[in-house]
Amino acid sequence: MNHLTKRQKIAAVVTLVLALAFPLVFTDTFPIHVLILVYMFGVLGMGWNIMGGYAGMFSFGQAAFFGIGAYTSSFLLMNFGVNPWIGLVVGGITAALVAAAIGYPCSNLRGHYFAIASIAFAEIVRVVFNNWKLVGAAEGLSLPMLDESFANFMFHSSKLPYYYIILAFLLIAIATCYFVATSKMGYYFRAIKESHEVAEVLGVNVVRYRLIAIMIAGFLSAMAGTFYAQYILYIDPESVMLLPISVQVVLISMLGGAGAVIGPVIGAAVLIPIAEYTRITLGHQGTGVDMLIYGFLIMLISMYQPAGVWGLLSSIGKKVK
Amino acid sequence: MEEQLLQQIVNGLLIGFMYSLIAIGLTLIWGVMNIVNFAHGDMLMIGMFTSFWLFTLYGVDPLFSIPVCFVLLFVMGTLIYRFIVSKVMKGPMLAQVVVTFGVSIFLSNLAVYFWTPDFRLLPPTMLDGTWEIGDIILSIPKVVASIGSVIVSLCIFFYLKKTKTGKAILATEMDRESALLMGINTDRINSLSFGIGSALVGAAGGFLSTYYYIYPQVGGLFGTISFCVVALGGFGSIEGAFIAGILVGLTQTLGGYFFDPSYKYAIVFGIYLITIWIRPQGLLGW
Repeated sequence: MNHLTKRQKIAAVVTLVLALAFPLVFTDTFPIHVLILVYMFGVLGMGWNIMGGYAGMFSFGQAAFFGIGAYTSSFLLMNFGVNPWIGLVVGGITAALVAAAIGYPCSNLRGHYFAIASIAFAEIVRVVFNNWKLVGAAEGLSLPMLDESFANFMFHSSKLPYYYIILAFLLIAIATCYFVATSKMGYYFRAIKESHEVAEVLGVNVVRYRLIAIMIAGFLSAMAGTFYAQYILYIDPESVMLLPISVQVVLISMLGGAGAVIGPVIGAAVLIPIAEYTRITLGHQGTGVDMLIYGFLIMLISMYQPAGVWGLLSSIGKKVK
Repeated sequence: MEEQLLQQIVNGLLIGFMYSLIAIGLTLIWGVMNIVNFAHGDMLMIGMFTSFWLFTLYGVDPLFSIPVCFVLLFVMGTLIYRFIVSKVMKGPMLAQVVVTFGVSIFLSNLAVYFWTPDFRLLPPTMLDGTWEIGDIILSIPKVVASIGSVIVSLCIFFYLKKTKTGKAILATEMDRESALLMGINTDRINSLSFGIGSALVGAAGGFLSTYYYIYPQVGGLFGTISFCVVALGGFGSIEGAFIAGILVGLTQTLGGYFFDPSYKYAIVFGIYLITIWIRPQGLLGW
């Protein structure tokens, strides 16, 4: 992984300025809401990218980490009045610990086997939360109304603060991913992805680095989860732990380009607006049209463009040079 | 108390034979191509709906629909292999893992789109009612479905062990390169195994539709369970899948009996996670 070229630096700065200025120009709630979702899924995608795109652990269970983050901070806020920002950190750490606890026994699993284990894990977590009276079981949790302030991580009159907070989260996630990709760790991850045996022979501690990758992913996903809880103010297992969320995360990363730092952001920026738009034009939720499109896209990308949009762009870029 | 326990064991066996048949189809595809068919559960759903619509539109008894499900799903499986799966066999690992996942989401939501997410139930078939043996109550449709599943499982077992094509499939499963050198057309074997694996789950769908709820997302549950069954039995092992199916059926009902019924699937998945930790190759894998 080489460092950024001059052109890439300019592109990054321009994109950031556009993102910062966007809500000042477009003041409607809907586009801002869509972008908030884009950034939130960008954060989730970054987490997936680190463990899936770099370290080769293709997880279909990210919703479990997302849900754990959302539940931890909400539960602490409701029962002990813990500030959501502290809840965010506690939720992240909880998710990372759960990730380590599940990642350790799965440390020999690769490819398909890991994917299935991740589904089974997410399913267990969902069933447990669905029946756990302490966290509201199937009824979920409604967050108490707090005064509007940054310290309370709660705003009622405008979506703008949420917009900037999740944008900041996304930048943290991108920075984490960039750091991972450009550090020695990134090389270890990619070696592990190519072959456990070769990585081991080269002296990479496979189990340890896989655990690190999965814990970072758990933390980032849980951050997005807490954000979601604070933004929607209501969570239940159906809304934060269902398989479609995990699928969306995988699709976003793949569509953008798994194993490229900026991949998930591109994927989220392409997919989320399409999904939201189809949901509005082709009817209410529950008709399955958005998922139908996801399924179709996953098939197409795997067959014809497994490197995603980023892979396409960079191959064009090379030809231009 | 004891009767209840016995009843749960019987129930576990009945659903277990069903799991065995579903899992044999999956393990066959897995063993031959090293591809997990994530759409396996959704093919089960297609089988169930086939039987549902044949009854609703033409009044065909579900028991007669089973061969139709078998053939239809064979064709569908072959087509999915030809036009989708074979395209990613040489691609990157990620593409191989997620492609059938895409098929799965596509199929289940296509069903939601056309047939709504409602739960449906077929009226009783010509074989209906219950038997009572002592204090144990046996529902006849479940018994018929289980016996049918065992018969189909045995047929496929003998097909694989005794016929020339069957042996070619097993040879490809053991060692693809050597099989190719022996003059086996492994691409044809791939396509055939995908077809047979799908046909088996189609037949299972036909059996299951006689007493189970029919809805577009039914495949999610059965699919995930069948992954656990296959992992437990050993990837690619037909005998393993058969035994593991029964074990998982028993785990589910007994787990529900001793703990809490709402956790019964969580217990199954938990057993799966423990198995792959302690013995990644499964009970009969190598």
